[in-house]
Amino acid sequence: MEVSTACRERTLTLTLHGELDHHGAKGLMDKVDREIEAALPLQLVMDMKNVSFMDSSGIAVVMRGRQRMRELGGTLALVHVPTQPKKVFDASGISRIVTIE
Amino acid sequence: MRRTENYVKIEFLSRSSNEGFARVAASGFAAQLDPTLDELGDIRTSVSEAVTNAIVHAYPDQLGRILLKMRVAEGNILELTVRDWGRGIENVEQARQPLYTTGGAERSGMGFTIMESFMDRVHVKSVPGKGTTVVMRKRIATRAKTGR
Repeated sequence: MEVSTACRERTLTLTLHGELDHHGAKGLMDKVDREIEAALPLQLVMDMKNVSFMDSSGIAVVMRGRQRMRELGGTLALVHVPTQPKKVFDASGISRIVTIE
Repeated sequence: MRRTENYVKIEFLSRSSNEGFARVAASGFAAQLDPTLDELGDIRTSVSEAVTNAIVHAYPDQLGRILLKMRVAEGNILELTVRDWGRGIENVEQARQPLYTTGGAERSGMGFTIMESFMDRVHVKSVPGKGTTVVMRKRIATRAKTGR
């Protein structure tokens, strides 16, 4: 899974591209860890507009990001979440604990 | 059992790269029922969860075979069966609980919850040491043809 990174005023934006499944989740988690470590942001934004598919592997990635941000005293927001991933987030209950815009 | 109108069987190795293949195969087979985009999303997601479970849990230390059987039954029913001959599940009830996982930090423990939420019925049969069979059913709503 491709990730593009932008960081401005301690907001780290990771834009995800393609399909987010178990096959790509490990690499994505490592990438998220590395980017957070490099930027030490106060807010992490995951932009999902280019995610064409996501299963429960995406939930583990988001929970990992949330955990890292909590350790830094920061927050996590998901933006531009397409219908199919949104449904997975809703079914898992994660929508109640993570900001989805 | 409802009358079978069509079916395919696909067997593949438990490589994670086949998760995407299984989704594409399921989308292709389901197309004959003219599902909505929303229904197609539910089907792709459920297949992805079941196949990922087999890859991660049935064959944790080796590659094994996975059978994906897809059937159209009378009444616009799509039935998806994912079978493996791997380790099996000791306690199916526990495995179906939300957030329960033996897969570590990379897994969310939400796979069965999502299958149950997106399909009408999910049946799991497992024998430790012999393997697991997951059967999922979903009725695809019939839509008025637009004539285009």
